[in-house]
Amino acid sequence: MTDGSTFAGFQATLLRVLVPVALALIVGGLILLVLGKDPVGYYGYVLERSLLRWGGAQETLTRMAPLLLIAAGLIVAFRAGIWNLGGDGQFLLAAVASAALAPVFIGILPRGLTLVACMLVGSLVGALWSVIPAVLKARYGVNEIITTLMMSFLGTSLANVLIKLVLRDPDTTVPQTRSLPVDDRLPRLFGTTIHGGLVLAVLTVIVVHLMMTRTAFGLKLQVLGANRAAAVHAGFRVERLILAAFALSAALIGLAGAVEVLGVWGTVRADWNPALGLLVVPLVFLARFNGFAVIGFTLFFSALMVGGESAARRVGVPQHYVLVLVALLLLFLGIVEYLDQSRRKSGTP
Amino acid sequence: MSIVAALSKVTKRYPGTVALDAVSLEFRAGEVHVLLGENGAGKSTLVSLLAGMQQPDEGAILVGGQTVRIDSPRRSMDLGIGAVFQRVLLVPSLTVIENLMLGGSWLRRLAREPALRRFGELAQLLGTHIDPDAPVSGLSLGEQQQVEIMRALWRDEKLLLLDEPTSMLTSHGVADLGRSMRRLRDQGVALILITHKLLEAFEFGDRISVLRLGCVAGEIAPQRLQAMSEAQRTETIIRMMFGIGVGGEGGPADGHEAELAILLGHKIHGPAIIDRARPPVLSVREASTAADYTETPLHEVSFDLWPGEVLGIAGVDGNGQKHLAEMLAGQRGVRSGLLRLGDADITHGHVPERRQRGVRYVTDDRLGEGTVGKFPVATNLVLKEVGASPWWRHGFTNWDLIHRHAREQIKSNDIRTPSELTPVNHLSGGNVQKVLLARELDAHAAVAILNKPTYGLDLHNQRLALDRIGAAAARGVALIVISTDLDELIEISDRIGVMFQGRLAGIVDNDDRAADIIRRLMTGAATV
Repeated sequence: MTDGSTFAGFQATLLRVLVPVALALIVGGLILLVLGKDPVGYYGYVLERSLLRWGGAQETLTRMAPLLLIAAGLIVAFRAGIWNLGGDGQFLLAAVASAALAPVFIGILPRGLTLVACMLVGSLVGALWSVIPAVLKARYGVNEIITTLMMSFLGTSLANVLIKLVLRDPDTTVPQTRSLPVDDRLPRLFGTTIHGGLVLAVLTVIVVHLMMTRTAFGLKLQVLGANRAAAVHAGFRVERLILAAFALSAALIGLAGAVEVLGVWGTVRADWNPALGLLVVPLVFLARFNGFAVIGFTLFFSALMVGGESAARRVGVPQHYVLVLVALLLLFLGIVEYLDQSRRKSGTP
Repeated sequence: MSIVAALSKVTKRYPGTVALDAVSLEFRAGEVHVLLGENGAGKSTLVSLLAGMQQPDEGAILVGGQTVRIDSPRRSMDLGIGAVFQRVLLVPSLTVIENLMLGGSWLRRLAREPALRRFGELAQLLGTHIDPDAPVSGLSLGEQQQVEIMRALWRDEKLLLLDEPTSMLTSHGVADLGRSMRRLRDQGVALILITHKLLEAFEFGDRISVLRLGCVAGEIAPQRLQAMSEAQRTETIIRMMFGIGVGGEGGPADGHEAELAILLGHKIHGPAIIDRARPPVLSVREASTAADYTETPLHEVSFDLWPGEVLGIAGVDGNGQKHLAEMLAGQRGVRSGLLRLGDADITHGHVPERRQRGVRYVTDDRLGEGTVGKFPVATNLVLKEVGASPWWRHGFTNWDLIHRHAREQIKSNDIRTPSELTPVNHLSGGNVQKVLLARELDAHAAVAILNKPTYGLDLHNQRLALDRIGAAAARGVALIVISTDLDELIEISDRIGVMFQGRLAGIVDNDDRAADIIRRLMTGAATV
């Protein structure tokens, strides 16, 4: 429940985020020192490349779009107490479906309609890929962590099979789907390289946040997530809620796949798997399932990724060091949260 | 008699309050020492000090004459102190015997045979018949509490703390427990019994101490206790518990005397005027529910209920009461049979439809299913109305209205909470129940089912809950009150039905002969 927070409460929340960020950067810097790298130089380089340089900043913002949409999908599921960890399969299948249809649709439909249709198809495919875990969970109480992960393996493999056997563009040597021409992709914003998917993604996260905190449906999902017995007791249709949460979550993740294809790549190559589904999970936890906070963390992470990639080439720090920072951040956020809670607990009998 | 454990001028402070204020008490071997007191009197703090969950700020705890520092529950057990808490602390997915073996040391293999032997001894001692291989989640709350008692006695403890152990037990179970307590006492165990029920205190206690606002308000030694009549005991103790002086003639003591009269118990629901010539508000005909892995299903239950009537449901815990409550509330499907509310057939209506028609259900599992613990009081007050106007319009939440509604409810129902935004699990048990009663006994209630409405509440809150039930009946609400406390049912009911093995063994008018018949019905010894 995140309503009625005062300014003091907001400040305290901000402090609870900034302190762990600072600690993570400091400890991460120490690790760099041990490895014989210059932490100040690394952080400076990352900052410059990802945010201070215009090209890097555009890249950072562009990368945020799929991350935000996946985060929106995860917020819906996690708040409802459903651990949808099958994001990668849902994302890839939706990407492949929209990549396959876009070149076909563009021949018969206007550009706008093509893009909208492909995004809808992507969402639908994502949602469909969650039906089996959803039904198993709702009907038989099968643990969705296992089923979604399994469906994710199947989904990524099926996506590859589709590209290599069915949807392969005969004109290319590397197996990939037919490309959507650059001019027909999602419109760029004001002459930048950032595509309109970012706006869609930011709006989606905000709408999802408002849905979770200010609608009956959102509250029902939260009750389900907090106490399933209470949801049954209050007479909610628990099975339907589970199916709806699953479908919505996977649809948003599918939308992320479609947006990434329609905005950036225009095609899907075989064996392409950005594996964003699991990368976003810690971000959503860092943001405590809050839509506005997730925008901040996504920006932070996206900048780290973009800067980290350049730094890997220039400073010689492996790209995966970014994940070390995220892990440290999670760790410190957890510690700060724990200290805060035990302080508050000791304050009351 | 030797003193097993003692508190010497123990003080425990929490920010803003003194939970225990220089309390000195002695617990003797071979004696049942009853601690009475309102919630907040310091009983729970005292228990947590002896159980090693907290340390005193000042003063000393002595065990066997030595000053000890009980800094962990394990240390407490090592000192020979066993404890049974109000809340069940068992692992639901493990079996009974597995739960009992949990206390063993780390590296030793789990020895099943000796554990089963000990289980047998204790089962015999307590007079229980529990399958040691049944998963704990499959036991009724009453049975789970029995397992808790076994665990507390597992290592042959010399001091046994019982924090309201009888609240879930039937009168039969309470008698059994009393027998085992006496047997333990005769073996030289020191027992500390915490209870809200005065009659139990008299029946089982050798010595009674009353706590009030963190101080010992008085202690009645065994000789004195035996010399007093029950009426004398009751009045003495109530005066100690609530700090009411011996009333003079007239003057300012009158208010106190009036409160005393309430607390001593009065017939809340007088001879009701129920017009049985009019059609009943609720008719249940041969209703059965599907068998469940854990609970006794209902079998062809039939009864009628008239407006303003209180129908008590007595019975040993686990004889289908839960299914009855859930089936009536719409939370559990009707397998066969018929339910009518007024003129409407509600057999297949779910919770929202029935709630809309005025069916209300106060569950006994207040934090487990009745509320969402980490959600604010305000949200919990409208939990069963999610999506309904006026709090939701076209699916959008009007938080301002919900919060205003909550503030009104908090005021009119005297719910003690810092604010309407406080998570409901920060409230005391009595106040959680006030939240539920406010939500369920609202102005639109027509039929209300209350499952164990006074369970776990202190005397004051028990009276409040019963008062509220009486007031609802006076308004014309038809009430079904399920309880294992027969005295309570006799006090408030017009008729009392008895559940036995999923059947309604009979419904008797609440007159002088009722208690006798009910006790026989409860054990299946008779039918009506």
